[in-house]
Amino acid sequence: MFARLATPAPVIDANNDKVQQRATARGTKRGAHLAVMGLSHAYKKSDGLVLKDIDFEVQPGEVLALLGRSGCGKSTLLHMLSGLSLPSAGEVVINGNTVRAPSPNWVMMFQAPSLYPWMSVAQNAALGLRFARRSDEIAKRIPEVLDLVDLGSFADRNAQDLSGGQQQRVALARSLAPSPEMLLLDEPFSALDAFTRRSLQRDVRAIAKQLGLTLVLVTHDVSEAVRMADRVLVLDANPGRIAEDTAIDLTDEQREGGCDRFNAEHVRLMDLYTQVAHGDAAPTEEFERN
Amino acid sequence: MTDATHTPDARIGLPRLTPGRVRSLAMAALGIAVLLALWWLGGWVVANDPDMFAFADFAPAPTLAALWDIVRTGEVIDMSLPSLYRVGAGLLIAAALGVPVGIAIGRIGWLRELTNVPFQFLRMISPLSWMPIAVMVYSTWDGAIVFLITVAAIWPILFSSAAGVRRIDPSWLKVARNLGASPFHMLFTVILPAIAVDILTGVRLALGVAWVVLVPAEYLGVTSGLGYSINDARDTLDYSRLAAVVVIIGVIGFALDSLLAALIKRFNWVRAAH
Repeated sequence: MFARLATPAPVIDANNDKVQQRATARGTKRGAHLAVMGLSHAYKKSDGLVLKDIDFEVQPGEVLALLGRSGCGKSTLLHMLSGLSLPSAGEVVINGNTVRAPSPNWVMMFQAPSLYPWMSVAQNAALGLRFARRSDEIAKRIPEVLDLVDLGSFADRNAQDLSGGQQQRVALARSLAPSPEMLLLDEPFSALDAFTRRSLQRDVRAIAKQLGLTLVLVTHDVSEAVRMADRVLVLDANPGRIAEDTAIDLTDEQREGGCDRFNAEHVRLMDLYTQVAHGDAAPTEEFERN
Repeated sequence: MTDATHTPDARIGLPRLTPGRVRSLAMAALGIAVLLALWWLGGWVVANDPDMFAFADFAPAPTLAALWDIVRTGEVIDMSLPSLYRVGAGLLIAAALGVPVGIAIGRIGWLRELTNVPFQFLRMISPLSWMPIAVMVYSTWDGAIVFLITVAAIWPILFSSAAGVRRIDPSWLKVARNLGASPFHMLFTVILPAIAVDILTGVRLALGVAWVVLVPAEYLGVTSGLGYSINDARDTLDYSRLAAVVVIIGVIGFALDSLLAALIKRFNWVRAAH
């Protein structure tokens, strides 16, 4: 395991011919169009609002980060985008249809990989296809997605024998297998070490761009937002509202960090984030409801 | 963490003779030898006591001779099969009822609260106390015995399944829901594999109870089975045969328990801590 960690995982290059051909060969759909309109939410009627008057739109293929402190409701918002929970008011519209339930067309990735320990890597990755009664696609599709996340040779291993980063890659393969139009990431790299986190941030963005997926990620980490997102919404807390909407204008190389452009964007976003955070009424306690 | 001890073949294949394994085999052999010695000593005391002289056939030598007779003539099969059938049928019915009910009370809070007191109450009633009622309700002796075994076996299976369901990682269910799992998939792809070991552990406990209840239950009117054979040997004062049947009951019970222990090991997905 340590030997594997010591060698950097190869960057998944958007110009990689093999993967590119494969993506076009299976006729990848373009990413989903997402619109959130007048969304507000309270857990109970008697409670105050956790989210208030949220309006935004995400274009197909765009990578959007929701940046905010713990307790600002960003994770709750993401659950509503996925259809795992429903808002008290307003609606989430994907490709023109109001979201009312989860769908294999938009898949959420959680902080914990939550792989099933009685299954192999390949069986875990194939779950979405099985649930969608598309088992006939498993034999062809699973090796493809495992290659895509750089775990091609791990198909028959038990999920428990993998490192945390590898498990999160399996979770990514599991999310990608049903060919979704949008991925929703709920701080899925926060439990990983810095090195593994970097390589996954890079690879997930590259995969999303390569497949044309829409990506919405929730994070409290400014550098994660700068590395991954085309656009960042900074959320205010108590109740959660969109305080800032800003584009991150960097090339993929600049996102690797260590250059002036990256540093400038990082400082700019950090300033925005700090201003918004200081403007808040401080959250009484940290909580994230799932 | 990727060494050979975790490959499937190492878990299923014949165990290698490591020093630890040799030691545990030697200790098992020694334990059996001590038991035989105590048995022999008891037999010697009984044989030399004028008051108990009539029971000398309980000693190891006559017992093993009678046992050999029962095995050689194939009678062992004739007397065990009806018993195995009754225990098997009882366990099967207990699992068919206990697993679904256990999953339901594990998943549904109000059902758990509703059933807790009645189930704990019923569980504490000795299965044998249902005997007179069972005899009245069922038209066949076999039916009554299977009922008694079911009553004995259902509780460990039910409670073990319920406890297993409550220990399921909630994120496993969320992941499945997120990927569009139907209730059918939820049950057969997530819940049942997740609690397979709990179910088997329940069955193993249930088997222990069922095997204990079997013998007195077979003192009922039936004319076959291990319990009947013991009763019959007592009535004909054939004490060596009686002791031989006791040995057979022990051996079969031990074998069934070992079988379930092996199944539990096979289906256990929990890795030892690294």
